[in-house]
Amino acid sequence: MMHPAPESESPYQKIVDRNQLWNRLFAIAGLLSILVGIITLLALVGQLVIQGWPRLSPAFFLSFPGRRPEEAGILSAWVGSSLIMFVTAIAAIPIGIASGIYLEEYARKNWLADLIEINVTNLAGVPSIVYGLLALGLFVYKLNLGESILTAGLTLALLILPVIIVTTRESLRAIPNSLREAAYALGASKWQMIWDHILPYATGSILTGAIIGLARAIGETAPLITIGALTFIAFLPDSPFKSEFPYLSWNWLQAPFTVMPIQMFNWVSRPDPEFQLNAAAAGVVLIGMTLIMNGIAIYLRYRLRQGIKW
Amino acid sequence: MDRLKLELPRKRYISSRTAREIRERLIELVLLLAATSSIATMIAIIFTLVSESVAFFQEVSILEFLTSTQWTPLFADAHYGILPLVSGTLVTTAVALAVAIPLGTMAAIYLSEFVTPQIREIIKPGLELLAGIPTVVYGYFAFLFVTPLLQKILPNLPGFNMLSAGLVMGIMILPFISSISEDAMRAVPVGLREGSYAMGATKWQTAWRVVYPAAISGIFSAYILGISRAVGETMIVAIAAGLEPKLTWNPTESAATITAYIVQVSLGDLPHGSLEYQTIFAAGLTLVLLTLGFNIAGHFLSKRYREIY
Repeated sequence: MMHPAPESESPYQKIVDRNQLWNRLFAIAGLLSILVGIITLLALVGQLVIQGWPRLSPAFFLSFPGRRPEEAGILSAWVGSSLIMFVTAIAAIPIGIASGIYLEEYARKNWLADLIEINVTNLAGVPSIVYGLLALGLFVYKLNLGESILTAGLTLALLILPVIIVTTRESLRAIPNSLREAAYALGASKWQMIWDHILPYATGSILTGAIIGLARAIGETAPLITIGALTFIAFLPDSPFKSEFPYLSWNWLQAPFTVMPIQMFNWVSRPDPEFQLNAAAAGVVLIGMTLIMNGIAIYLRYRLRQGIKW
Repeated sequence: MDRLKLELPRKRYISSRTAREIRERLIELVLLLAATSSIATMIAIIFTLVSESVAFFQEVSILEFLTSTQWTPLFADAHYGILPLVSGTLVTTAVALAVAIPLGTMAAIYLSEFVTPQIREIIKPGLELLAGIPTVVYGYFAFLFVTPLLQKILPNLPGFNMLSAGLVMGIMILPFISSISEDAMRAVPVGLREGSYAMGATKWQTAWRVVYPAAISGIFSAYILGISRAVGETMIVAIAAGLEPKLTWNPTESAATITAYIVQVSLGDLPHGSLEYQTIFAAGLTLVLLTLGFNIAGHFLSKRYREIY
C-alpha cells in the first residue's frame, strides 16, 4: 500500500474494488439479519391479530373459560394475572431496591459482597422453570402456602429480583459522587444522604427496571405451571375489599389461580381450531400488556437519558 | 451554627447522636438482610433440587439414569434414562444457536460499526422488543405458523418437531446476543479502529478482523447467555416440539426436552413424595448442571481469549 497512487487498471484498484464489494455485501447481510428479527416480530403480531381480533369483544374479557369456544373468555386469567403482579411487585421491589442500595453504597470489598454479587449474576441465569421447582418444594410443601396466588406472586418475585437489583445498582452508579460529598458536607448521615438525595434522582431509572421485571413476570408460564396453576377456573378469588371493618380481606391470597399465559397455553394445546382462535385473542391481550409495559420502560429510559446532564 | 450547638444541653446532644448512630446501624442491617436474600434463594434452590433428587436416586441407580436410553417414568414399564431428554434439549438448543449466533453477530456488527447513532437508537429497542414477547406466544407462533410454513417445504415434517421450535427459539434469543455483543464491540477503543482505517482497511475488514476479535470475551459471554436461555427455555418446546421422549439427533422429529417434561408432568396431579414427583427434581437438577457446565466453560473461554489493551 506504500506505492504511488494506482491507475485504474492496476492490480491495486482490483483489490480496492473487491474490498468495497465485500464492504457493501456485508452491510446488506447485517441489515438482513436485523430484518429477519423485525419481520418475524411483525409476522408474529400480524398472525395473532388476524386470528384473534374477531374474538376480542367486551364479553371475551368478562366471561370465564368454558367448554364452548365462542363463549369462553379470560376473566379469571386477567384478574389472576393482576393480583399476582400486585403480590410480585410488593415483594420484589422493596427487597430488590434494598439489596441494590446495600451492594452499591454500603458493601465493603469483602467476601460477603463478592459472594452476593456472584450470586445475583448466577440467579439471573437460572432457568425460570427451576424457580418453579423451588417454589413447589419450598412454598407449596415446606411452608404450606398451597397452590395459591401468594405462592405464585412470591415465585415470580424471586424470579425478577436479580433484574431489579442490577438496575438499582446501575441507577445508583450513574449518580456522580460530588452529590454524595455535598450531602455529607452539610452534615447528612449516610442514610439521609441516600434517602433524601440519591434515591430521588435514581427513582426514574429504578422504576424502569421494575417495569421491565414485571413485564417479564407477566409473561412467565413455566414456573406457574409447576406450582399447580389450574388451567380451568370458573370463579374469582374473594374480593380484597369488604364492607365491614377492617375493610380489607386477605382471603384472595390463598385462592387457586390461573394467569393469562396459562390460559393461552391451555387453548393452544386443544386440538379444536376454534379454541386456537381464542388462544390468538388471549395472545393479543398478553402481548399488548407486555409491549405497553416495555414501551413505557423504553420511553422512560429515553426521557431520563435526555433529562439529566450531570 | 456554633452558638446553636452551645445552647443545646450537652447530654441531649450526645444521646441524639447515639440515637442517630443506632438508627444508621439498624438501617444498614436491614439492607444487608435484603441483600442476603439472593444467597438464601440460591441455597434454597440447591437444597430443594438435591434433597428431592437424593430421594429419587435411592430408588433409581445413577447408572441407569445416565445410560438408559428410555425415559418412561409414567408407564407401567418404567425406565429412567435421562439421555432422551438431554438429546431433545441439545438438538433444540443447537438449532436455536444456528439461527441466533450468526444473525445476532451480524446484527451486532452492523449496529455497532455501520449505522449512525440515531438509527441505532431506533433499531436496537425494536430488536429488544423481541425479548419482551412472552414465550407462550412464541410457542403458539412456532406451532401454528412456522410449522405449517415448514411443512410446505418439507412435506413429511410432523406437526410436532424440534426444527420449528428451535428456529423460533433462535429468534427469541437473537436480541440477547445482538445487544450484549454490540455493547462489547462499542466498548472497544476508537484508537484500534482508527489504526485499522489508517492502514487502509475497509469498514468490514476493521469490524471483522479488529473490532470483533478485540471484543471477543464480551461476545462469548453473549453466546453463553444465549445457550443458557435456549437450554432453559420451556414453553416454546413444550408447545411445538412434542412431548415424546426419544433419543434422536434429527431435528425434523418430535422429541421432549428436560423443561418440556417438567411442564408435562406438572400439569397432571402429582402426589407429593411419589417417584414421579421426584423425577421432575432430578430432571431439574440435570438442567441446572447442564447450564452450569456451559457457564463455567464460557467463563474460562472468555478469560482465555480476553484481549488486553
